Formats: sequence, C-alpha cells, structure tokens
Amino acid sequence: MSEEDDFDLNDLDDKELVEQIQDDLYDGLDEEVTEGTKILLDRGWDANDVLGDALVGGMKIVGIDFRDGILFVPEVLKCAGAMKGGMNILRPILAQSSEDTSLGKFVIGTVKGDIHDIGQKLVSMMCEGSGFEVINLGINNPVENYLAAIDEHEPVIVGMSALLTTTMPYMGVVVEEMEKRGLRKDVHIMCGGAPLNQEFADAIGVPAYGRDAARSAEMAEEYVRGLGKKRGHR
Amino acid sequence: MCAAWEKSVVTDNKTSDKTKRRLVLGCGALVYDLLRLIEQNPGLSDKVKLQCLPASWHNSPQLIAPGVDEYLFLYGDMYEEIYIAYADCGTGGELDRVLEKYNAKRIDGAHCYEFFAGSETFNKMTEEELGTFYLTDYLVKNFQRIMIKGLGLDRHPELFEEYFANYNKLVYLAQIENEQWNREAEQYAKDFGFDYEYRLVGTGSLDCVFDEIEVTHLIKEEK
Repeated sequence: MSEEDDFDLNDLDDKELVEQIQDDLYDGLDEEVTEGTKILLDRGWDANDVLGDALVGGMKIVGIDFRDGILFVPEVLKCAGAMKGGMNILRPILAQSSEDTSLGKFVIGTVKGDIHDIGQKLVSMMCEGSGFEVINLGINNPVENYLAAIDEHEPVIVGMSALLTTTMPYMGVVVEEMEKRGLRKDVHIMCGGAPLNQEFADAIGVPAYGRDAARSAEMAEEYVRGLGKKRGHR
Repeated sequence: MCAAWEKSVVTDNKTSDKTKRRLVLGCGALVYDLLRLIEQNPGLSDKVKLQCLPASWHNSPQLIAPGVDEYLFLYGDMYEEIYIAYADCGTGGELDRVLEKYNAKRIDGAHCYEFFAGSETFNKMTEEELGTFYLTDYLVKNFQRIMIKGLGLDRHPELFEEYFANYNKLVYLAQIENEQWNREAEQYAKDFGFDYEYRLVGTGSLDCVFDEIEVTHLIKEEK
C-alpha cells in the first residue's frame, strides 16, 4: 500500500470496515484481514457475523471472479491465505460459542491416485466459513477412508475431489460402495475438480457437482438448509 | 477476432490453407515437436496446416475446449480432415464433446506426459511414485514463464507449499537429447527439493496427428 493510501482501519465505520476487509481479502492481504477481524470483534460484533459478512462475503466475490477468469489460481490462493488469517482469530471463538451454529459435518478428500488438493482446501475453507465442521481427509483416499470417516464422524455431506481425468472415475467406486452399504439415504454426496462437470456427476450418480469452491459451499449450505437442519447436526 | 488466437502461434503460412487437406490444431507447448516432425517428413508441409493455441493454457485447461471450438467453428470447414494435437489435457471430456461436432480426432491419453512416455510407462511411473511432477522439453525451456510466473511463484514464493507439498520427485520426459536442458531440469528439481529422473522418451504417439497422410518420403521418428 502506498503512503498516501495508508490509513487506520479503526477510523472506518462498521460498514466501511466490512467492505475494506472484503477488499483486503480480495487483494490477499492477510495481516490487514486479521486486523480488521479483530477490530470488528472488539466493537462487539458476533463472530458469526464477522465470518459471514466480511470473510465469506469477500470469498464469494473471489469465487465469482475466479469463475469468470478475472482472478487466477495464485491470486485465489493468496485470498484463501488472507481468509485463513481471519479464520484463525474466529475459530476458537466460534468453538466456544454457546450457540450451536454448526450446519453439521462435512467430510472431504481427494480420491485415490490423486495428490491434488488446492481446490478441495478452498472448498474446505469456504464450507468452514459457511458453518460446517469440516473433516479433511487429505489426498489419495481409497474408498475405505471415506467409509471410515462416515462411520466415525457421521457427516451430513461427503465431498470428493479430483484434478485428473484418470482419477475422477474413482468417485464412482466410492458412490457405489456407499450405495451398497445403504449410506446414501443419510449422507449427501458432492463432487468437484477441474475436469469434472455435471454430466460426469450425473453419470456416477452424484447429485451435486460444485463447479468452484464458492458454489460448492453454497450448494452444501443450501442442501442442509433445505433439509430443515439449520443449525443442527444429523 | 476472439482472444483465443490473438495470442496463438501460426506456424505455417507458406501455402494457401485451401490447398491443404489436414488441419493440425495443437497445443503451443507441442509446437517445436510438431515442427520437427514436419521438417523430418518432406511432403507433410504441403498437406498440413499447423496452427497452435496458447501454451499457457497448460495452466488453465478450462480454456482449451472453448478455444478449440471457437477456432474450428470459424475455420474448420476449410479442411478435409482435422486432427487435434491435444490429449484430454484436463478438460474432463469437454474436448471430446467439441471434437465430435467437427468429426475431429485427438491424441489418445490423458495428457502429453502420457502420450510422450507411452501409457504403460507413464502408469508405471505413477504407480511407483504418485507425487511425481513431470516436465517436457517445452516446460524445461519455458520453466520460468509457464511454471514460475504462471503459478505466481515469482510474485508469491510463499505459495510453493500450496502447490508442491505433495510432490517429492521431478521426472524430465525429454523429447530430444539436450544436455543443457537436462542440467536445468536437474537444477529445478534440486531447487524444489525433489528427487530427479531423466528419461529420453521422444515424441511418443504425437506423430499420429499425421497418420494416413500420403507423402513421398515419410520418415517416422525413431522411438
């Protein structure tokens, strides 16, 4: 930031500050986002409102501009890093909150044979911002990992990610095994990743294809709220 | 004119397009290999129009299918045959859906690493070490532009972990022997903290884009 542009975030009113946090998040300025988050909390804002209005609101803009080719992966990763700064402040407060605001658990992982996790980490962050308790299984997950996580965590949603044309068909293996075990009536399945599309999701029997991180988080939230499970667990 | 080929590489304007039977529309990252194959096979240049699309789409595969579609929509009917010098290249079948409209063919495989190395070899390498990062001649030559700048590592070196935390090996799939490129690739591996392996694989099945073209002196590149 140039000297003439330098200003104190404390001088902004609430509305201006939220907009500034969104701008700083868009620019990937993690220190500024962290500072703005602290200021809103100091002013008595509820952590959920800071998260929703400033951070998630900002990331939604990032998601739209990524989808439209205005932002690219490096910039989006910087934005995610800035959001992480704010989340690090909010997470312990949200965890201690007496109000149960969780939308439920969201298990996510990259499928077997695939080590790409940038996209699913973005989805994880967006879903956490939306109010999910996210359990990230990481990369290269065989079907057994998804099944074990479902047994252990009882998620409302399982998300699968793949970046490779060669690995995305494995999602079908997971879906089939969940079907066999009768898990699909309780667990919603989502999928995403650069080479996927709705047609592929339809072909493997996955009802929800998230074309980008922001849309994936929106779809997850829409699903849970549609179930009437607002602020509740399974 | 659409943005797609404002930045594209036209590699051959010697002959009127209409005199050529086949359009080879390919990835800019393959331009040197395609040109070399044409030069090695006298007669091909009179029958093939080579047009390459931006190599930078290597990092943005979502642009490939729409870019190919737009080009073929405008110019595809000028040719009797169309061959696409792309594999699926991360388009998740989108490229195939485009090619179906134009009755065009593409190279088999998921990406250039696979068709350069051969599916069997590539799958074996992947099984041996899943966290392998691959380079080709083009990517070694253009490493700073495509990999470092393209991934934003020049501006944000702190993103290195985000991109490469799950990798631990670099394999250079070389198309031609070039000791300088080999040394450079080895240095990139060292800089990234990866193990290094060099494999001279040639151009693999890339020459299939010229299949069934009758030329007087067709010389297949030695595999």
